[in-house]
Amino acid sequence: MNTNLKMPLIRLAKRDSLKPSVVWAIRIASVVLALLLGMIPIIMAGKNPFVSYGIMIEGALSKPGYIRQTVKRAIPLLGTALAIAPCFKMKFWNIGAEGQITFGAIISSAIAIYLGKSLPSFPLLVLMAVAGAIGGGIWAFIPGYFKAKYNTNETLFTLMMNYIAIGIVRWLQGGPWEGRKGTQMIPMFPDAARLPNVLGIYCGWIIILVLVVIIHVYMNFTKHGYEVAVIGDSENTARYAGMNVGWIMMRTMFLSGAICGIVGWMLVSGANGTLNSDVAGGVGFTAITVAWLSQLNSFAMVVIAAMLAVIGKGSATLQTKLSVPASVADIISGVLLFCMLGCEFFINYKIILRGKSDKEVQ
Amino acid sequence: MNALILLLGAAGAYGTALMFGTLGEVLTEKSGNMNLGVEGIMYMGGIFGLIVPNVYEMAVGTGNANPFVAIMLAVISSFAVGAFAGALFSFITVTLRANQNVTGLAMATFGTGVAKFVGELRRLKVGGYVTLSNELKFAFDNHFMPQFLKDIPVIGRILFNQSEFFYLAIILAIAMHFFLTKTKTGLYLRAVGESPVTADAAGINITKYKYLATIVGGGISAVGGMVYTMTTAGCVWIEASLSGTGWLAVALVIFCTWRPLNSMWASILFGALMIMYLRIVIPFFPTELYKILPYAVTIVVLVITSTRNIKDKQPPASLGLNYFREER
Repeated sequence: MNTNLKMPLIRLAKRDSLKPSVVWAIRIASVVLALLLGMIPIIMAGKNPFVSYGIMIEGALSKPGYIRQTVKRAIPLLGTALAIAPCFKMKFWNIGAEGQITFGAIISSAIAIYLGKSLPSFPLLVLMAVAGAIGGGIWAFIPGYFKAKYNTNETLFTLMMNYIAIGIVRWLQGGPWEGRKGTQMIPMFPDAARLPNVLGIYCGWIIILVLVVIIHVYMNFTKHGYEVAVIGDSENTARYAGMNVGWIMMRTMFLSGAICGIVGWMLVSGANGTLNSDVAGGVGFTAITVAWLSQLNSFAMVVIAAMLAVIGKGSATLQTKLSVPASVADIISGVLLFCMLGCEFFINYKIILRGKSDKEVQ
Repeated sequence: MNALILLLGAAGAYGTALMFGTLGEVLTEKSGNMNLGVEGIMYMGGIFGLIVPNVYEMAVGTGNANPFVAIMLAVISSFAVGAFAGALFSFITVTLRANQNVTGLAMATFGTGVAKFVGELRRLKVGGYVTLSNELKFAFDNHFMPQFLKDIPVIGRILFNQSEFFYLAIILAIAMHFFLTKTKTGLYLRAVGESPVTADAAGINITKYKYLATIVGGGISAVGGMVYTMTTAGCVWIEASLSGTGWLAVALVIFCTWRPLNSMWASILFGALMIMYLRIVIPFFPTELYKILPYAVTIVVLVITSTRNIKDKQPPASLGLNYFREER
């Protein structure tokens, strides 16, 4: 009986496995919890949270025009989440998607600006896409190289690359590529350099949906995807198995940056029609939330990207209608991530209380 | 030469904010917790450190506000919000064992969101810029050292023409150095960061040390955000202007090789890089490219520190890794 007194009140033990249905129930519960917590700032702003959520959904989905705007927000989010998924799987913390999108957009825009009037539309668009991919790829390869070679901190390296890419656009905007003097704006691209619309939205959404399947196959059914997963779990195991860890890192980073670059190309060629310093507009960071919330599963990313796009568009409507600041979207997105990170604990561990463990022992 | 002295003198103001941010993160990382959310934490400190004195001044009426009380309120409120963020980070990573990197990134998003939200709400409430009266502004950015000290050639401008927070940061850096190298608690904390397994076997309460270091560290970082708003930004909330400071602070921790004393000169150096484009004009060089300088230098510093693999300049050995006693 004395041994009982020494048992801690709460013990933890690793669970063997949970039924997938229970796992998803826990995850959905955590999303619901996050949405409930997201009501706190709205209440603080003195507004009814249920009415506010209603306005958000209405503002994002109630009319075809609103839906188109929401989809426009979802496209770069989904594309970027797909791009960073392999890096995160590898536990390579690429938070420079913002810069990779921007640099891809710069190179892509260069093609549009210098060759836009002399090439027919299709080859021009293809060339812009390739240029964007290479631009984004290079921007990601640089930190990847130093990580592989010297183990340089990739989080800060990729982040600093963001500021540099954005700074370059600011310079181009007010300098060499400025349209009318003093406007600080790059003129709109010629029509040949614009992506055509399909169903009222630039056709980037088709490309991204194809990409969802490609990334899914790449991550789950190819040798590359397997190597990435092994490095993520244990770099030493990968080395022991004879994988060239440095090379795989650089390759994956280039690929990730290239997809970001393609997103950048679609943003300048499809969504905006020109380049400005706000081209990525925080997508690189929100995409991290998308990728992590969907457990790096490409199909889940479609749902999560749509959800965050609804929250983003909805909060913009909320600001105009009830003057609740639109940054509530950032708060909800942060809280969602916190809850999702926290809930994994309840999936992986079981909590044993003192009384309960006695019964198990007997 | 004169321009350089003026530059370094002015750099002290921005450098002070960076120094608090860096010192807080040094303390956090010494426990093995890598809190990448400093950006969000400094943002929250920046807005709460302004709003609380603003509410206080409005409550007692302009002119009746006591500057000392206002400063204390700013320090305490920004520290409290940072401590809250540190506690949240610890709860998710230490107790719930989540990945530190992603939790830190979530903290950065969450913190900047909260700060922008609260700042915008307050702006709507007061109907214009959230700011303080000139009296209080002066109290926050009070270069109180006597004139004869400021007149000393070269060092006078750099060392004595600074606000009270500059000296507070210097005292904190020295105090933290002594804490980490000379006190039992400090040595225990470093043991936790270097090798939690050993520390646990020696009977040190890992959870307690990680929590406390991260909470106090978060608080100190947040004070840095407050110092930025109240001195460099002139007691006015402009959301975009604080952007990037928290990330630079995380980079500075590496640059300082996790030593509080190094943060003193490193922060002033980076403060100088941040404002150099305003002070030292390079002919025909575009300003926008000039503004990239601190970020480019950070990259160079990161690369150089990682290529020179010096034994006593390494991060705490367990940095970024969670400790599970059951999984030894």
